[in-house]
Amino acid sequence: MSEYINIFNVILKRDLMLAFRDKTDFINSLIFFIIVITLFPLTFGTKSTIVNEIIPGMIWISALLATCLSLETIFRSDFEDGSIEQLTLSRYPLTLLVSAKIFAHWITFGMPLIIISLLMGILLSLSNEIIIALFITLILGTPILSLLGSVMVALTIGLRGGMLLNLLILPLSMPVLIFSTVAIQNAALNQSIIAETYFLAGILVLAITLAPLATAAALRIRLS
Amino acid sequence: MYKWIHQFGSPKYFYDISLHLSKWVTIVCIVCFIGGLYGGLVLAPADYQQGDSFRIIYVHVPAAWMSLFIYVILATSGAISLIWHIKITDIIARVSAPIGASFTFLALSTGAIWGKPMWGTYWVWDARLTSELILLFLYLGYIALQSAFDDKRIAARAGAILALIGIINIPIIHYSVEWWSTLHQGPTITKLDKPSIHLTMLIPLILMVIAFKTFYIAIALIKTRSEILKYECNSSWVKKILGN
Amino acid sequence: MSLNNFFAMGGYAAYVWSAYGISFIVLFLNIFLAVRNERKTIDELKKRLGSNNK
Repeated sequence: MSEYINIFNVILKRDLMLAFRDKTDFINSLIFFIIVITLFPLTFGTKSTIVNEIIPGMIWISALLATCLSLETIFRSDFEDGSIEQLTLSRYPLTLLVSAKIFAHWITFGMPLIIISLLMGILLSLSNEIIIALFITLILGTPILSLLGSVMVALTIGLRGGMLLNLLILPLSMPVLIFSTVAIQNAALNQSIIAETYFLAGILVLAITLAPLATAAALRIRLS
Repeated sequence: MYKWIHQFGSPKYFYDISLHLSKWVTIVCIVCFIGGLYGGLVLAPADYQQGDSFRIIYVHVPAAWMSLFIYVILATSGAISLIWHIKITDIIARVSAPIGASFTFLALSTGAIWGKPMWGTYWVWDARLTSELILLFLYLGYIALQSAFDDKRIAARAGAILALIGIINIPIIHYSVEWWSTLHQGPTITKLDKPSIHLTMLIPLILMVIAFKTFYIAIALIKTRSEILKYECNSSWVKKILGN
Repeated sequence: MSLNNFFAMGGYAAYVWSAYGISFIVLFLNIFLAVRNERKTIDELKKRLGSNNK
């Protein structure tokens, strides 16, 4: 067991180090995220009623789009230099190795994204309830996007055209978007967001259990 | 069971059976179609609330059911081909996807046409319509993924994974959309949900459902047969068939 | 019931008949594409088979 934890840590460290060395991908998609969010007040004006109604949902949509942009980096470099084949050949379960890579993606992309959205929320003077709801939904939702996305990346990596990836992810991630925005709207009305939170948590648990398995299976199919 | 699956999965066996099956399925389809149309358009009385516009139900509901049914087919045949590596289920999934997408499109468009006299607009963000729309996106994604691969075998297995994830997602999508739409606009008036549907209205509906199902089977069989011929074009039995 | 009444569909003619029209177009396209594909496949394979034998 401890051996498995060790190998998980090794892969995690390796991916974090790689991401840290070649920062451009993650930083670019985070900058994209910030730019998209600043577009919304510019288009819809800065009246506080509008801002409170629209911005939280827009932050979520931007997060979804930025995630789509960043997802390819989970496997791209491994696919290009062939180290993904080494991983599938290793004697450790591929599911475990893949989970470490997904976790690394969430740390390098999901966490900064959450921090940035909270900062943007404060800058745009959203109410406290909304910021808390935004935080809760993002912390539950972004891992789901990373997990779901990793499967789709494994299916589509190396195929011509990057649009296919977005085409596959967006319909599947709609429940996350819906529950999150409903929760935020409830929070804006000072209502409880417990139900939506439970749903998101449930989806997250489901994704954590199934997505690494599916990703591993997809990688094996792609490399067969 | 195992032996039966492999026998069924053998292309030649399937080809022979499907020729017989095709004939019967086509006959049942035509009979049910004519019966259902006559019953639905002529015999069934006009609905006391919706007048004659309710007759759209006889194409709308079967199409909507088939759109879900075919997605289930995609997922189950995907699971079978992932587990047992059977060519036939690969082919069935691939040829079914466009048919399913066309039924989804049909359900959406007839739903929109029906919505105009009933709700006053073509499109309402009703839970069922919205999840049907997302289902159409899922179908399109599936078809796009399949066509992105050159190797048909890899395409089928990649599609299988996508379909399985989709089938887990469909209840979640449906539930989330329902949750969202009740919050947004209050329960939609669904006059169609009246449980007391008269027998003269129900029988044509059942006939049409059978007709759509057999229609799908008939089309899928035709397409599957030509794909089998393509796959097996070097084997002796195919040459024999083509020789005649 | 007269034929005129039947086609008028109690005032809903435009909706009912357009819905059925779309359905028939979609169903017909399905049949047409499947049959055309079958013919094309068989023709192609026959041609290939013929050229192999020669």
